[in-house]
Amino acid sequence: MRHLRMVPDHTNIDFFAIARVTFGGSMLLVVISIMAPFIWGLNFGIDFLGGTTIRTEASQPVNVGAYRKALDPLHLGDVIINQVFDPSASTNKHVANVRVSAEKGHESIPPAALKRIEGALQKVDPSIRFTSVNSVGPKVSGELMRKAVMAISGAVFAVMAYIWLRFEWQFALGAAVATVHDVALTVGIFVLLQIKFDLSIIAALLTIVGYSLNDTVVVFDRARENLIKYKKMPLRDVLNLSANETLSRTLMTSLSTMIPLIALLIFGGDVIRGFVFAIAWGVITGTYSSIYVAKNIVLMLGVKRDWGKKDDGAAGTQFAAKG
Amino acid sequence: MQIPLWKRVIILGLCALGVILAMPNLFYNRVETHNAAAAKIARNGSTPELAKQLAEWPSWLPSSIVNLGLDLRGGAHLLAEVHLSNVYADRMNALWPEVRDALAKERATVGNVRREPSDPSVLKVSISKPEAMATALQTVRGLARPVVSLTGVGQKDLQVTAAGNSITIQLSPAEKAATDQRTMQQSLEIVRRRIDAAGTREPTIQQEGSDRILIEVPGIGSAEQLKALIGTTARLTFNKVVGRTSDAHAIPGAGNSLVPSEDQKGLYYIIDDTPVVTGEDLTDAQPSFDQNGQPAVDFRFDTTGARKFGDYTATHIGQPFAIVLDNKVISAPVIQAHIAGGSGIITGNFTVQSSTQLAVLLRAGALPAKMSFLEERTIGPELGADSIRAGRIAAVVGTIAVVVFMVAVYGFFGWIANLGLALNMCMMFGALSLIGATLTLPGIAGIVLTVGMAVDGNVLVYERIREELRAARGPARAIELGYERALSAIIDANLTTMISAGILYFVGTGPVRGFAVTLGLGILTSVFTTVWLSRLMIVMWFERRRPKSIEV
Repeated sequence: MRHLRMVPDHTNIDFFAIARVTFGGSMLLVVISIMAPFIWGLNFGIDFLGGTTIRTEASQPVNVGAYRKALDPLHLGDVIINQVFDPSASTNKHVANVRVSAEKGHESIPPAALKRIEGALQKVDPSIRFTSVNSVGPKVSGELMRKAVMAISGAVFAVMAYIWLRFEWQFALGAAVATVHDVALTVGIFVLLQIKFDLSIIAALLTIVGYSLNDTVVVFDRARENLIKYKKMPLRDVLNLSANETLSRTLMTSLSTMIPLIALLIFGGDVIRGFVFAIAWGVITGTYSSIYVAKNIVLMLGVKRDWGKKDDGAAGTQFAAKG
Repeated sequence: MQIPLWKRVIILGLCALGVILAMPNLFYNRVETHNAAAAKIARNGSTPELAKQLAEWPSWLPSSIVNLGLDLRGGAHLLAEVHLSNVYADRMNALWPEVRDALAKERATVGNVRREPSDPSVLKVSISKPEAMATALQTVRGLARPVVSLTGVGQKDLQVTAAGNSITIQLSPAEKAATDQRTMQQSLEIVRRRIDAAGTREPTIQQEGSDRILIEVPGIGSAEQLKALIGTTARLTFNKVVGRTSDAHAIPGAGNSLVPSEDQKGLYYIIDDTPVVTGEDLTDAQPSFDQNGQPAVDFRFDTTGARKFGDYTATHIGQPFAIVLDNKVISAPVIQAHIAGGSGIITGNFTVQSSTQLAVLLRAGALPAKMSFLEERTIGPELGADSIRAGRIAAVVGTIAVVVFMVAVYGFFGWIANLGLALNMCMMFGALSLIGATLTLPGIAGIVLTVGMAVDGNVLVYERIREELRAARGPARAIELGYERALSAIIDANLTTMISAGILYFVGTGPVRGFAVTLGLGILTSVFTTVWLSRLMIVMWFERRRPKSIEV
């Protein structure tokens, strides 16, 4: 039986041929993505903003207008009501999320306020049930935000240090840029699509850090091997050769990771859809960046070529030991 | 391509161990019933019903199963903050009479002593003869006691400073640290007892940071119920009544407080801030009835409490005495007689239900400090069940798709990778059960993701073998080189993911932490199945068949 091949056995793609478009475009998108949360804003969930979300389930279709009208007299401040669409859920289950901003002077929601909200909604639809309530006070939400930023930068630096130890600093920097690229683009798509950004998305971003490096490291590992093997080949060609040799693996792994992620996106339910979406998107950008971003940095910085040999030190007259 | 026998035994043994440890999860409900029964029998002894439940699962089989997280099982999560400085204020209030009495003995030199209004966690006292400050300071410092803690040995518990005619007394840093620790331990213990009293199973109650308590109770209806169960304060004190008023804005004067009455609207008591006795001195409280047949609460003090209570009632006959619960006066009966023996009765406007509840709260002990809730989450059981169902479907569909994909691409070698994948899953569940890890919804996503990542190791090896075959090497040599040369990439790739899983574990809480655990364990088991297990399988197959050529 002839097995399926993702890519031909021998490829000879020049990944740097259109570097101006790929790498330049990537960097432009990274800059836009980093600025995007400040210009257009992320759709932060209560984990980071504080407030309360109530998940409702009813047998009748969700009437957002009626819900809103019922809650208006309670003067709750900002109220956001979203209907949740889930293709895999049964047809007589209608889910909505009601989000209320944090009350002044309170940490989590006071019991009386919650009762009033639930009572008002029950008047609109007696079949309504409250399957989940989450309330986060402003104190914790601020901390969570700080922790999240620290966690992601910590992860990037820790992994950079590891790669620096195992490879050369040029590779570490290349891997770090690729990782930042993937994380930034993921944040960017969350701004673009205004998907809710909560604590689980931070977990997804950290997973992306790991995955993105996984892909990049495999290409680098091969580059290191080829740098020793082909001492005279220009760096650009060595990097291209390494990417070509590992291309089949890179695509295979991305596909084998994407398959279960797609299954989760479709069947996993709406509770973790944002989380899974972030990881899936990260896998796509991670694959792309390991081919089109990480290597470019290494090429720009250049690399010491005499791997395996001792460093001869600075240029100039050298006295070699006899024998 | 030689693998020594002992290595083979260890590799296959570990796989078998994984399968055995994972197996109880297939019979989740039965094992859970068995475990719950076993725990109850260990605590209270056996009953026929419990013995029957115990027999649901043979006890010689492993019985560890993965815990389901709150998001899968349903339940409530609370993050509470303990107001540690409340305790400082209590200490200062208790210290005031001591300071007053000590300085009163030196009245001739220091003059009149008054308590000045101040931040409640410090005690500010003024003397009318500031020139005698040195004597006053010495007297007050004489009240300090050594700190009782391991780190604060040799230090005093009070820090006394003087400025002008006033003396400021506060707890020393060492004493504050020791007090904070005691307060947290006490709060944890009391929360635990109150939740245990409600009979919920496997609550998680742990300290977070310096002043927070994380409480997770599976199976409870809502976070509101949990809050009611914990009762935010239930601080009981017995205080001297200074006066009564109907003015809600009356100024109580230094050292006193204005406290509303529980049952009479518009009535306020002015009470002395320094309690005579506190709920901490209680040993028992029971619901009962007073002589008029009205519901009441009987209580009994320990020896120190009984002495303080006895002394006070002996000297204050005919005066009202306020019973204060959570900053409300439940009742302020007039002391009829000297109450010796340390037991008494609280009467008030009780119903049978409210007197029972009060007795329970008193018996469980008062929380030493106020608690406020920073975060609360309720997950309904039906939402949890939905999530499990959805996660299971996704896992099955995802796994089947990956299995088909691997076979389509690598043929026979794909089957080996798939067998490795199956054993990987078993070992992962086995390890999760063994360490008693909690499976959360993101954790399921972690497992599904591991399915994809687990085959990555095999992909690396197989791609390498393909390359080596193209370089015209014999099948045996190609396989050997494939494993050898792919190893550094496998290690680097997995270690980087491991680092981010480690960071996730340390910064994350709850579901995120569950995800980090499954991801990290998944990496460990998948490296094992790729580097050792699948290699062993290929070698065993190769030894038997000795094929002239292989197709990867």
